[in-house]
Amino acid sequence: MAAPARIEVPRRPARFGQSSRTDPWWAAPTVVFIVLSAFVIYSIWAALQGRDYRWGPYLSPLYSPELFGGPHAFIGGKPGWWPDWLFWSPAILILWAPAGLRVTCYYYRGAYYKAFWADPPSCSVGEPRQSYRGENSFPLILQNVHRYFIYLGLIYLVFLLHDAWEGLWFPNPATGHRVFGVGVGSIVLIVNMTLLSGYSFGCHSLRHLVGGYLKQLSGCPVRARLFGCASAFNRRHMLWAWMSLCFVAFTDIYVRLCAMGIWTDWRIF
Amino acid sequence: MTATTATFSIWRGDRQGGKLVEYQTEIAEGMVVLDAVRRIQADQANDLAVRWNCKAGKCGSCAAEINGKPRLMCMTRLSDVPTNRPILVEPMRTFPLIRDLVTDVSWNFEKKRTVRKFTPRKPDAPDGTWRMAQIDVDRVQEFRKCIECFLCQNVCHVLRDHQLFDEYIGPRLLTHSAALEMHPLDSDHRLSDLRFTQGIGYCNITKCCTKVCPEEIKITDNAIIPLKERLVDRYFDPVAWLFGAGR
Ligand code: SF4
Ligand code: SF4
Ligand code: FES
Ligand code: FES
Repeated sequence: MAAPARIEVPRRPARFGQSSRTDPWWAAPTVVFIVLSAFVIYSIWAALQGRDYRWGPYLSPLYSPELFGGPHAFIGGKPGWWPDWLFWSPAILILWAPAGLRVTCYYYRGAYYKAFWADPPSCSVGEPRQSYRGENSFPLILQNVHRYFIYLGLIYLVFLLHDAWEGLWFPNPATGHRVFGVGVGSIVLIVNMTLLSGYSFGCHSLRHLVGGYLKQLSGCPVRARLFGCASAFNRRHMLWAWMSLCFVAFTDIYVRLCAMGIWTDWRIF
Repeated sequence: MTATTATFSIWRGDRQGGKLVEYQTEIAEGMVVLDAVRRIQADQANDLAVRWNCKAGKCGSCAAEINGKPRLMCMTRLSDVPTNRPILVEPMRTFPLIRDLVTDVSWNFEKKRTVRKFTPRKPDAPDGTWRMAQIDVDRVQEFRKCIECFLCQNVCHVLRDHQLFDEYIGPRLLTHSAALEMHPLDSDHRLSDLRFTQGIGYCNITKCCTKVCPEEIKITDNAIIPLKERLVDRYFDPVAWLFGAGR
């Protein structure tokens, strides 16, 4: 099929960053760039610390589930097969899954293609490169693996639910038993788990898998309900994505600063 | 309210060349950009080419770029654009120019013919009619609001900047395909076309189409991504194949 001739009239050649837009089109991608970069740098730093990720009954979400590591780990201490020369932190065994979920998330993809790759820098703003393959071929065609990450993400949610529950049981040094209580950190863990659930439940792949793939939802009441719920979360997927991202970092900071003795965890009861 | 004056910087010219020309005209409360452009056409520039029909955001003819943003001229209120500096009115950049604000959007209609037509299953009742549940048509109803203004096609960087007119059908036609693929009565298959000749993989879900759609169709979230997921079922997910997904 014949393509329309390019508009030869050089009204305003769309060179990189050129646009007739008069509003600050660079503002949103800049904010995305700053917040995402800050999160990536912080979470890598925190994951490499390998300490101060637990305080009292609280576990940092960047280290959850703690499969190997401290005395509370599910499986045991540092695994024997881990090579001595290789840096060790309990986080690096598990953090790839949530990282993969965010990297392949449909929302984040659109956001970082703009903010980090300028493809496009913003809507109706000129691009730096002429060549383009999009997600049509290697490497970005690999983004289609996303649904496997949401399966893992749902498993992680179970662990985060477990962490939030554990965060309500404080050790009592006098008796050696654990007693039910609520500290500010308990609430932080619960909010963190809630925000991550809201983010995961709105996943586009999940929405497809629970019912979106069907042409007819009538006659499948359970899937129709699930599809309705997933769609409701999906409508605000961007909001859930940012809230949960920032709160994960905050939760780690909270537990870390308590563990380092800089912050005091207030017991509410 | 007393009338005030505003300056409009309107693109004038044809494929040979052109430039922005400034016009001053009186504006009053309740006016939209199209009103001002038509007043300029009537009073100062009788030969100004501008296409419009309904002045109600329903025919899709008056698509243009206002202060660099793809919008319908008839749905852009002057109270929503700053009038203390010239208001820029340009034709859509992605399509060949005819003259002034009018572009040739026929590529979209030609390309639409490559989408396999609605093919209903056998009638449900002996009288040749079908039965559909409301819940099953809810999803496609959103896509039927499309007025074919082609603002989404105009803003999509795959067409606008990378000019992949042969490889890619663009958000409007992906929405059209989604409306057919998700239709409860349709029995045809479009996934292989979408992947191999219509280039859905070129969409990098940056959502500019969704932002400009005057009908507020959630093009990316509700049409393109669900189609991409169907493609994953069919071409990329071995586990889904075990469950017989993706046809
Ligand atoms: S989301 Fe896809 S179709 Fe829409 S403008 Fe972006 S690249 Fe084009
Ligand atoms: S989908 Fe929206 S923007 Fe695109 S042609 Fe239809 S109404 Fe216009
Ligand atoms: S689309 Fe965002 S988590 Fe799946
Ligand atoms: S004139 Fe019909 S949509 Fe603007």
